[in-house]
This record gives sequence, structure tokens and C-alpha cells, in this order.
Amino acid sequence: MSCWDTVQAYAFRSLGYGEKLLPKTDFTICQQFTLIGSGLIWNVYFGLIALCTGFFLANALALAKASRNPWLRKPAEAFIFVFRGSPLFIQFFLAYQILILLPRAGINLFGLTIATSWLTKAWAGALIVLFLNTAAYSAEIFYGALRTIPKGDLEAADAYGMTGWKRFRRIEWPTMMRLGWPAYTNEAIFLFHATTLVFFSAFPAFQQRGDALYYANYFADKTFNPFVPYPIVAFYFILLTLVITGIMGLINARLNRHLPGNQRKRIRLRPQLVR
Amino acid sequence: MFLDCSAPKTLEGLAWASCYLTSGKHIDFYWAFVVVLALLACTAPMALMFGYGGATAARSHSLPVRMFGKCYIAMVRGIPDIIFFLFFVIALDQAIEWTKHQIVCPDWTEPVRQGLEFKVCPAAKVPQAGTAPVVHQIYGFGLAVVTFSIVFGAFVANVLYGAMNAVPRAQLETAEAYGMTHRQVHRRILVPQMWTYALPGLSNLWLILIKATPLLFLLGVRDIVYFARELGGSKTQAYEYPHPDWRLWYFLGLMAFYLLMTWGSEKVLRRLSARLSKGQATAAGEALRKAGAVA
Repeated sequence: MSCWDTVQAYAFRSLGYGEKLLPKTDFTICQQFTLIGSGLIWNVYFGLIALCTGFFLANALALAKASRNPWLRKPAEAFIFVFRGSPLFIQFFLAYQILILLPRAGINLFGLTIATSWLTKAWAGALIVLFLNTAAYSAEIFYGALRTIPKGDLEAADAYGMTGWKRFRRIEWPTMMRLGWPAYTNEAIFLFHATTLVFFSAFPAFQQRGDALYYANYFADKTFNPFVPYPIVAFYFILLTLVITGIMGLINARLNRHLPGNQRKRIRLRPQLVR
Repeated sequence: MFLDCSAPKTLEGLAWASCYLTSGKHIDFYWAFVVVLALLACTAPMALMFGYGGATAARSHSLPVRMFGKCYIAMVRGIPDIIFFLFFVIALDQAIEWTKHQIVCPDWTEPVRQGLEFKVCPAAKVPQAGTAPVVHQIYGFGLAVVTFSIVFGAFVANVLYGAMNAVPRAQLETAEAYGMTHRQVHRRILVPQMWTYALPGLSNLWLILIKATPLLFLLGVRDIVYFARELGGSKTQAYEYPHPDWRLWYFLGLMAFYLLMTWGSEKVLRRLSARLSKGQATAAGEALRKAGAVA
């Protein structure tokens, strides 16, 4: 079997297309590269969707936490504390347990049956957890940024007679984004790293459709040789990290386009491994 | 007072609960919490040591040592930590067995890696075949500690490297002007002062370390996650304490444990940070000084 055949057979294995059976003997480097790369689709899927949806919740939570109204502030604080204070690993387990408690036949609401079984699948259940988790972490970043908006900017907005929504949309929000963006880039990177936990927690990999680390672990278990599959995942993740840094850097440049070149903040990578 | 737990199916209510919560498996479960705390207690100093070594190496004057230090620090960026966890546990185990194999059986001719198998001579097995399961568990725990320390050491190294660079240059120059040697400057001026700069980063790492402990489960140690799954799973009438699927409650318990740990640590770290800022040339130190002057 040539390498191209392998790519054709396994490139979309993680989505359920191509060869049904995973290789059992005579593992080649090509197979490992293809299958692990195929698993990376799931990592990108989880990371991307959680990040894009979590962004909006994070904004809302940051504003709620900065609000003077305790009815908004307290729940937001509690939410952020719970999701930032406990391990993501436990959150996955807990969410899975809650989701399988839902009635299997679906919930009957006003004569409409709402199916619930899809929630226990990794693509939905784990995504919800990642969404809430990244929202909490990002909310803390945006909250910090919101508090460091220069006083002068707000005074200038007052002087122009801007209040409420207009002031928020034109002054506060753009500055908050600008200040929080470098930290948010780190959050994005570590969210993608955290997606490797999905199939190692409670969520089962249906028909061996797993993520990059799932396949790497499969190879390491079969060959007793960790020195090939794990460096391959590491290689893929370094590539992924470079792509994320690149995209977020472009957005950062756009956010800071009004500043003279020497005042722009560069994004620095800060390690923050496990959640 | 001791309850009679010999026939748990006849008990009800509180008596049943107290018998259930003190069953043998539950005692193991409580011990697993001790294991987690022990892991934290062993890993934190070891990671600090590795990190200190890495940071000093990254500042070394000799190029190869410096390169090594920088590589160690850069290693964990860009790669999910869990890959390191899974990798090091097998890699360390095989490295130990391979080294022992070279020493114990020098005349063994077969290759160690035969196709899909990793085979060392029986005498080189670690731990030896037939040893008590406790030894196996301790060995697994030791591997986990070393793995955690290597990975977290890299993060600590990153923080300490930054902190060492943050100590005002003038302080070091003054020490040099007093005729201190390079080593003396390092030991008397740099190290005592770097902690205040390192503390925010280190406290962050401590919180991350706490949250990383459930990953012990992936390293094959019987930790709290393992027992929560075991104990919570639904038990039929064949068991002494039949109950439906209670895993949700066990995991809620774990969640509460971790939230408590984070909350407590945050409090302690805030105090420590105030203590370390005393008399330092930083904003926090200045604020403390002013508050003291007013009082």
C-alpha cells in the first residue's frame, strides 16, 4: 500500500469516511501521519466553534462582572469562578454525567418532542463544555481589560457627551478588545490544546473516530513506542499554534491600526498549560 | 462507637449511609485524596528545582548550557501538555528498563525492540515481576511525579527566567562594584530579590498544577477520578451496597474539592504576595510603605 493509498483510505477516517478498520500491524510513518492529521480535524472543529461562540458569551460575562448591579455581577462572578477554579477534565466528566441523565426518548414540550440523545455525543456535549470554559477564561481577560481602559479615554467620551450604548460601542469596547487581545490570543492557543482532553475524559470515541491525540495514543499503545506518534502530534500542534498566532496577530494589527508603529503591543506567548 | 456493618442490606437511612461511606473502597477513595495532596507536595518543590536549574542554565555564559536551558523552556510552548504527560510516562519507564537492562544483562543478544514489543531481560523489569501491587503503585506514582515535575519545571523556568531579568540591573551592578563574585551576586542579590517578581507567575502555576492533578488518572495512577468512576457506577443487588448511577454526585464532590483548593490557595497566595512585597522597589512595595507611613 503506497503512501497515497493510505492518505486516501484514512485522511477522513476521523469523520467516518474511508477505511473502516484502523491499521493493526505493520504501522508505517505514513499511516501515523495521516491518521493523526485526520484526528486534528476534530481539534480544529472543537477549538474554532468554541472560540467563536464563546467570544460573545465572554463579552456579556465581562460586562456583567463589571456591572454595579449585584444581580448581574454575582452570577457572572460565580460562573467565572466555577469554570476557572475547577479542572476542565472534571468538567467534562460532570457534564457527561448530567447529559446522560436527560431522558433518552427526548423531552416533551408543548407536544413537541425535543431529542436529547445527540447531547451525549462528543461533538455536542464536549463542545458545550469547551464553550462555557473558554467563555469563563476569556471573560476574565476582557474584564481585566475593561478595568484598565485609560481614564482619559472615558473622560474624553464624557466631554463629547457620549453615554450608554454609544460610549460603549465607540470607546469602551474597542479599547477593551485592543488591551485584551494579546492575552486572548494565549487563551485561544490553550483552548486548542485543551481540545485534546475530550476523548480522554468521559466522552466515548464513536467507531474510533477520535482526535489527534486519540490516534497517537492508539499507535503508542499498539507499538509500545512513544517516540514516533507523540512527536507527530506535537508537530501538528506547533503548526496549529503558528496558524492561530498568525491569524490573531492580523486581527491585533487591525485593532491597533490607529497607533504609531512603535507603540503597538506585540503578542507574547505565555504558557498556561492545563485548565 | 462502631456500627455493625455486617449486613448492610438490612440497614436504612443514616446508619446505611455511615456504613456505606466507610466501606473499604471508600477508605481507598479518601486515601486517593491524600495521594493527590502528596503529588502536589512532591511535585511543587521538584518542579521549582527543575525550573530553577532551567532558568539558571538559560542565563549561563556557556553556549551549549544556555541552548539547553532555552530549549527546555521553549519545549512546552505550542504543544499540549497532555502529550508530554502521555509521552514521558512511557518514555521514562522504557528508559529506566533499558538502562537497567544494559547493566544487569550485558550478554543478552536479542534486540530490545522486536517489532511491536519492548522486551528487556526478565531481571531488568522495573518493578520486578512478582512484587507486591503496592510497589507497582508507588513506582507509578513516582513516574507521575517526575513527569509532572519535568513539564511544570519548564513553566517554572520560564517564570523564573523572566523574574531574574526583572531584578533591577543597578542592584547587580552595585554588588559587582562591591567586589562580589558572579556567584555571590547570584546567591546574595539576585535570588532573594527575584521571588517578588516571580510570585504572580508562580502562584498562577500553582493553581494550574492543582487543576492538572486529575490527569493522574490518565497516567494510570488510581486517583480520585478513578475511584469516583468506580464507586459511582450503578451497583446491582449482587453488591453489598446496591445503588443506581451516582457518578454525578461523586464528580460534584470532586468539583467542590477542587474549588475549595483553588479558593484556599488564592487566599494564602495573596498573603504571601503582600509579605514578599515588603521593602521591594515595586508598586506593591511602595503601596505597603505608604500604608505603613500613614499608620
